Amino acid sequence: MALTYRAIATYTVDSAGAASIDFTVIPQTYTDLAVMTSIRGNQDNGIIYYLRFNGDSGTNYSNRYILKDSSDPTPQTANDTSQNKMFLGIVGGATPTASTFSNDLIYIPNYTSSNNKSLSFDGAMENNSTTQWMSLTAGIWSNSAPITSISIFPNTNVWIQHSTATLYGIKNTV
Amino acid sequence: MSETLTKIVINCETGEQQVLPLTAEEIAQREADAAESAVAEAERIAAAEATAAAKASGIAKLVALGLTEAEANALVK
Repeated sequence: MALTYRAIATYTVDSAGAASIDFTVIPQTYTDLAVMTSIRGNQDNGIIYYLRFNGDSGTNYSNRYILKDSSDPTPQTANDTSQNKMFLGIVGGATPTASTFSNDLIYIPNYTSSNNKSLSFDGAMENNSTTQWMSLTAGIWSNSAPITSISIFPNTNVWIQHSTATLYGIKNTV
Repeated sequence: MSETLTKIVINCETGEQQVLPLTAEEIAQREADAAESAVAEAERIAAAEATAAAKASGIAKLVALGLTEAEANALVK
């Protein structure tokens, strides 16, 4: 059970944009990690939000996801296995209402374990218009190494200015 | 946006934040990721459209059997 949250690092993207945000040299002194983002890309209506651990681009990522688009009554679901990056969900791209960002949470329990690492992701694309997306994803990274770095990146183009990512460390004791 | 793609690297131990240009290897990986992503996205959209088409077809057949559209919609939800 999470008893303490501590902001380890935070970053807000400037006008140059960012192809990725990489948290490195992550302290190994917490129980769980959480990454909270207020984020947006700059192409298409929605863009895909990806993650890699420890710079691993091997086919070690699997996930199950549910996506719901406000214009489609039926959620989209899929099971992806042996991927070279973790699909997290859909976040806003170029089209949504200006100055609105997706709010998302990536939760990574037991990140120092020698077992495979699981994560959960939930996100909502804010639009203030006619189309919204929600994403709910469970994922696993098949690797016994402790997580020392996390890279979050869009499928295309860059995270735009004012996108913010904060890494939290969570301890199960005070 | 800048013409040179950059990544943000945050050292969580020292707090140092660096804006670094992508290396040639990282650009190649990014291009490969984008190509794979485009294929996966097309497959995801095609699957969603196929599901929607199958549901619409099912509803039409149920209505042809005498159900109201509301009843048919309730069955295929």
